Amino acid sequence: MAAISRPSGKVFALKDNKSLFPYLLLAPGLLWLFMFFILPIVNLAQMSTKTSTGESGQFEQSYRFANFFDSFVDASGQFGRSFLYATLATLIALAIAYPLAYAIAFKSGKWKNVLLVLVVAPFFVSFLLRTIAWKQILGEEGPVTAILRGLHIISQQTTLTSSAFAVVTGLAYNFLPFMTLPIYASLERIDPRTLEASGDLYANGFTTFRKVTLPLSMPGVVAGTLLTFIPAAGDYINANILGNPNTKMLGNVIEARFFKIVDYPTAAALSFTLMAAILILITLYIRKAGTEELV
Amino acid sequence: MKSISRWFSKNLIRIYAALAFIYLFIPVLYTFIFSFNDSGKTNLIWKGFTLEKWSNPCGAPEICSALGNSFLIGFTSTFIATVLGTLIAFALGRYKFKGRATTNLLIFLPMATPEIVLGASLLTMFINLGINTSLLTTIIAHVMFCISFVVVTVKARIASLDPRLEQAAMDLYANEWQTFRRVTFPLVLPGIAGAALLAFSLSFDDFIITNFNSGTVNTFPKFVYVSAGRGIPAQANVIGSAMFIIAVAIVIIGQVLGSKRKSKV
Repeated sequence: MAAISRPSGKVFALKDNKSLFPYLLLAPGLLWLFMFFILPIVNLAQMSTKTSTGESGQFEQSYRFANFFDSFVDASGQFGRSFLYATLATLIALAIAYPLAYAIAFKSGKWKNVLLVLVVAPFFVSFLLRTIAWKQILGEEGPVTAILRGLHIISQQTTLTSSAFAVVTGLAYNFLPFMTLPIYASLERIDPRTLEASGDLYANGFTTFRKVTLPLSMPGVVAGTLLTFIPAAGDYINANILGNPNTKMLGNVIEARFFKIVDYPTAAALSFTLMAAILILITLYIRKAGTEELV
Repeated sequence: MKSISRWFSKNLIRIYAALAFIYLFIPVLYTFIFSFNDSGKTNLIWKGFTLEKWSNPCGAPEICSALGNSFLIGFTSTFIATVLGTLIAFALGRYKFKGRATTNLLIFLPMATPEIVLGASLLTMFINLGINTSLLTTIIAHVMFCISFVVVTVKARIASLDPRLEQAAMDLYANEWQTFRRVTFPLVLPGIAGAALLAFSLSFDDFIITNFNSGTVNTFPKFVYVSAGRGIPAQANVIGSAMFIIAVAIVIIGQVLGSKRKSKV
């Protein structure tokens, strides 16, 4: 995403090469993506209209487009939950990440690089281990529940894990670096002279932020929200580890239909619906946010 | 009182950032501390300090074969994805050609597709073709989702280069190949290294796509996920903490070397 990259300000003339050379550079990588990304999606589409032959794990093509409708109705609760949880998690991550990125970009001085490393560092502890760590920290035997109960902030029956709250905060936690880094990149790129100019024109700190800093950092916000929302909407690990049967997301349904129920066609139909819904949302969002070149 | 509140409002954003960092590191610290827990099979309650798990990280059954697989898959897919992605990044960053928009779209789409869809669609194709999932299919899947991230990272580096450096080389009678080998490539190399590190960490930590396409092959994340039900052995915390320490060390060494080189120039 261009929002993460740094425009040099200097225009480099691309070589107008009529030869096949650029295509030779592209060929191996794009071939890989064609064979193992595009063709699988085509396979997924074909699978989504098949029906069972009666034998377990055997399906035949019958162009049953009602698979899409039926599976959507079946899983509409989880579908809505996926988008609700992902939206909430994205908003929480944004609220944490924007000030964090701002502090690193403008207030950290010589510590900037160290702090950037620290933002990414938790990634290297397996994300499953960290999610399970949250479960134990917030769990029945963990310190947080005991303290909150002792102070009578929550009742003796209230649990922090196995709840929608835990799933949403787990999602927000896991994708926080994806939100922070693009915002940092776009803040860091702001020419400090534009901020000085704003001050010279009698804008106070808040006005400068609202009229100058925030608009200039929008590409980072757009990239960050996408990089958080997309994986969060398809995730099922947080719902599995931190949730309860009533917090299952669409990912849980797809996984179960693939591996437990062995109903590939409806699992494929649901995957396809999820992908289409996300692509439509992205398109609308990018249009609205006005970031033209995102790739 | 007034000066305290003034200090507070002046440093509000710093305090906020510090709290955010604490939030980020609580589970890391927890994982680290419990790697020293003198626990039995499960690692839920603090039972006392021991170094036994660190001296014998392979003590839990299957953990090191899973870790070995993760390294094998990680290194192989990082190598392939970095080579393929860097070639694409150079084509996009340096040449005009027909089909640019399509190429950009093909790079963007895998990043905009949730992992579960990538994993499920690839598995569907393998099922349709009658291919059994194995180490090979896992590597194929990992290369597929790493390529786009490599392209984006390396392309950003190429775009940030000062074109005058290459022009200067040409002015000094370097031909195109010499310019590339002596000027362009060394300048892009840190971007390629960063992309490789990113690809490795994505591959090493991936669970969802791996779970769909690895069949009976065990990886470290799969090991953690499966043992979550009956209790995770403290050795998993040892490996998580060790990976964290190694990765941070690599990044810091890289930054120190980078800043040294910069001060030489």
